[in-house]
Amino acid sequence: MFKDRLKAILGTGAAGDAGVRGAPGSGAKRASNSADAPFNRQSPGLDQFFASIRDTLGLSLLDCAGASQANISFITGLGHRIYSEDVVRTLGTVFGQGEDFYGSQEKPELIEEFLTQTLTFNEGQFDGALIWDSFQFMQPALLAATIARLRVILRPNAYLLAFFHADERAVEVPSYSYRIVDYKTLQLTRRGARPAKQFFNNRALERLFQEFQSVKFFLTRDSLREVIVKR
Amino acid sequence: MIGKSVLVNGQVMSREDLYVDGEVDGSIEMQEHKLTVGPNGKVQAGIKAREVVVIGSVNGNVDASDKIEIRRDARLVGDIRTARIVIEEGAYFKGSVDITRTEPAKQQAKPAAAPAPAPATAAPAAAGVDAKR
Repeated sequence: MFKDRLKAILGTGAAGDAGVRGAPGSGAKRASNSADAPFNRQSPGLDQFFASIRDTLGLSLLDCAGASQANISFITGLGHRIYSEDVVRTLGTVFGQGEDFYGSQEKPELIEEFLTQTLTFNEGQFDGALIWDSFQFMQPALLAATIARLRVILRPNAYLLAFFHADERAVEVPSYSYRIVDYKTLQLTRRGARPAKQFFNNRALERLFQEFQSVKFFLTRDSLREVIVKR
Repeated sequence: MIGKSVLVNGQVMSREDLYVDGEVDGSIEMQEHKLTVGPNGKVQAGIKAREVVVIGSVNGNVDASDKIEIRRDARLVGDIRTARIVIEEGAYFKGSVDITRTEPAKQQAKPAAAPAPAPATAAPAAAGVDAKR
């Protein structure tokens, strides 16, 4: 009888995870039949991001997930202007798709080319930036240069949302396309994976954004660290 | 139509819908009409039109007063100003989207068009009679 009761409790617990499918952080556990099937997940970071701009209209937001109907409709529907940029795609075109992907990120001329292609904007042009998971595919030199450039193009008090895998033992890190479903829900579709080169714990992230006003973390059950940074 | 072996260098102004499957380098202006950039089309120009459909490639700012469609496999680099946008999955777009809100003028025109048999000048009165019934 006790065993039956325990089974019932465990069964209820598993159903409680229904809001999160797949494993954005490590890609190790996936509930989906097809590895590339889109799935929805709740995002406390996204909720926080939109909460910070909820009462304002006509803002300029940078979306680094590449152009999509979902994100354009959602953001322009709120009365904002969206700028679409596919940072993960540009990483591939500038630094290559092969084994030297991370190695070539140390080359200053390629770093400059990447910044020119992706983040050539006016000072303080943006009121917010949705970076998604692109930072975790950058080596330290490129990451530092990218964050420094973002600091220039974001106006003071603007927010930035970024995702980092939180699985220290991950061998590879999947990359996703992010589509906004509503204020706190994202639809993710896997678009590839790269070897995990860096692990970002809270302290590492605080160091990374030390020039910014504040850093707020949300550690989700699917091995993802969502980070909201205030410029 | 601008065929795929045609290259236009300069300003294109059109008073009818236009299909560009060749190359245009300059500017395209057709305020009340529809521009379609075909699969072979390469437009390096600022565009002003009522409706724009991109199947090929556009490099330039687009002002589409009614709607813009960016189809799968299309490529658009530039800033967009429009009332409505449709972007298919797989399309490449780099730039900003500024949605212009449509004016309420179109809604005001509706009552005059509704009661068809009545003379145009009597339309508001006819609508009032219907409402009482």
